[in-house]
Amino acid sequence: MSAPLLSVRDLRTEFATKAGPIKAVDGVCFDLQAGEILGLVGESGSGKTVTGFSILGLIDPPGRIAGGSVRLEGRELVGLTNAALRDVRGKQIAMVFQDPSATLNPVLSIGAQMKLALDAHGRSSATVARERSVEVLTRVGIPDPAKRLDAYPHQFSGGMRQRVAIAIALLNRPKLIICDEPTTALDVSIQAQILTEMKALARDMGTAMIWISHDLATVSSIASRILVMYAGRIIEEGGVAEVLRAPRHPYTRGLLESLPANATPGQDLMQIPGSTPSLLNLPPGCPFAPRCSYADDLCRTEPPRLTSGSRAVRCHHPLAMEAA
Amino acid sequence: MTPLIVVDRVSKRFRPSLSLGEKIAAGLGSPVETRTVHAVDHVSLVIRKGEVLGLVGESGCGKSTLGRVIAGIHPPSEGAARIDGEPIMSDARTPVKATTRIQMIFQDPFASLDPRIRIGETIAEGPIAHGLVSKGKAAAYAGEWLRRVGMPADAAGRFPHQFSGGQRQRIAIARALAMQPDVLICDEPVASLDVSIQAQIVNLFLQLRRELGLTMLFISHDLGVVRHISDRIAVMYLGRIVETGPSAEVYARPRHPYTRALLDSVPKLVTGADEMVTFKPIMGELPSPLSPPPGCHFHLRCPKVQPLCKAEAPTLVGEARAVACHFPLPD
Repeated sequence: MSAPLLSVRDLRTEFATKAGPIKAVDGVCFDLQAGEILGLVGESGSGKTVTGFSILGLIDPPGRIAGGSVRLEGRELVGLTNAALRDVRGKQIAMVFQDPSATLNPVLSIGAQMKLALDAHGRSSATVARERSVEVLTRVGIPDPAKRLDAYPHQFSGGMRQRVAIAIALLNRPKLIICDEPTTALDVSIQAQILTEMKALARDMGTAMIWISHDLATVSSIASRILVMYAGRIIEEGGVAEVLRAPRHPYTRGLLESLPANATPGQDLMQIPGSTPSLLNLPPGCPFAPRCSYADDLCRTEPPRLTSGSRAVRCHHPLAMEAA
Repeated sequence: MTPLIVVDRVSKRFRPSLSLGEKIAAGLGSPVETRTVHAVDHVSLVIRKGEVLGLVGESGCGKSTLGRVIAGIHPPSEGAARIDGEPIMSDARTPVKATTRIQMIFQDPFASLDPRIRIGETIAEGPIAHGLVSKGKAAAYAGEWLRRVGMPADAAGRFPHQFSGGQRQRIAIARALAMQPDVLICDEPVASLDVSIQAQIVNLFLQLRRELGLTMLFISHDLGVVRHISDRIAVMYLGRIVETGPSAEVYARPRHPYTRALLDSVPKLVTGADEMVTFKPIMGELPSPLSPPPGCHFHLRCPKVQPLCKAEAPTLVGEARAVACHFPLPD
């Protein structure tokens, strides 16, 4: 395999609180190839969004990147100055957020915002900027793009606004787009349109993507590889089909079994007892142990390590390789 | 089974109030553009005693408004909703809800509980006001409902911020049930919860339904959850019901092109190696409810559109299995 586009090693991000540091991201490692779509899955508080933000150095005090390395084509991003990072953000790595109404500036026309995004990485003439903007808006399926450049965000529907946000991310031809729940706020019919278009983008332009979501079905329909996070750690990793067909971590299996799609209508769903742990007082052993039906004394005292290889699991008692 | 709730040609229109500029313009004699949102458009449906009716549709289709009309929160602009033949809203000049037999659960348990009132008081407030329980026995009464929804007894003395989202939703359910309703209107009750918590709440609804024989209207955009919990479903598009029927049949053999397209849009878990995922997305977006298109509301996006669809609105035809389409898909 060629050298990875992005290489994250032992990434640790902490937030200082009165009650002590919260380890929001705790030793995350992964590689991403050019053109690959990687799914990052977990529930709220699992650290998936903070991982995305940490890659871009978007961690403000009281948060800090406490350690580890993020390399983009071999270049270390952790520890870069803000000025140097600004060069990377939007140019080499772009980000698309969940709520497009919060991303776009309500008092600037779409065209003006796109010009700003282009100018941030080298001035371009108004004509060139306009041409490039129309090009990316066409690419994401905005009808009549030349005319829509003069429109303001409130004149677009939610789905169209998210397309505009994606178009802005594409402007500077980034190598990587970090997508943080980009379709969660959208209706299923619009989500299906955007998933289809994003897949085509990755295929046609070789753009790599990190697709952050809580929805296993959405991730399985767009990503080729998947990382499952729990309490700031990666607990399982592998090809999407492998992980979802034969999960090896009890948490991944619990999540899958709790989906209505995997149950008989009207029957009780399988449920994971309890709720996600507070990061402030994690148990000494495996953070999932209090909710896990397989947990024993080892799990309660000794944190498990992530196995190596492309099909990895962080569990003392992983489920059989090819469980039902 | 006898229908418990009958919704009879209910329409709900909202007219935004005029801005100051528009009022001045109107005062000076210029014609005022009327912007009426047709949220619910001549909807008729029944909910039978003991059944769970799922109401699905995309945002802006009017499903929440219809739920609120049935719950007695919004008076309908036209038509009426009745429970056991009695109107749900009084016919006074300012209509008020005339029954406590219907209670509602909302999507966001962070917004639906008063942050400054202890859980026990929140739950007991309604039953005391309506004479279901005396003040002296209210604490024990609230504690009993908390127990039934799986909350510890000491929760009654605490405040909403001390609970997680899933626990708050349980509290909201206890508050609704403490009014001893026959009908529960649930508006996206699991949408804001984490995946592992969703299953717990869905199971709680199934359990309560078995124990209390509740009738429910379950409103959701999540087709998987709705199928799991509902006996029958109704599909809404831009203010109208386009298809109803037993859940299993509607999911297996949708007859309205919109239902078909909606089901095709839902991402499915891919577990086969090299399985290719292709969606057949519906083209375009929901038209504005300010100016719904003439004829069938779906004709702008429908792959099977004919000239008739643009001219004439189809009516909902059929009994157990009904579809509002001039050219329904074969059964």
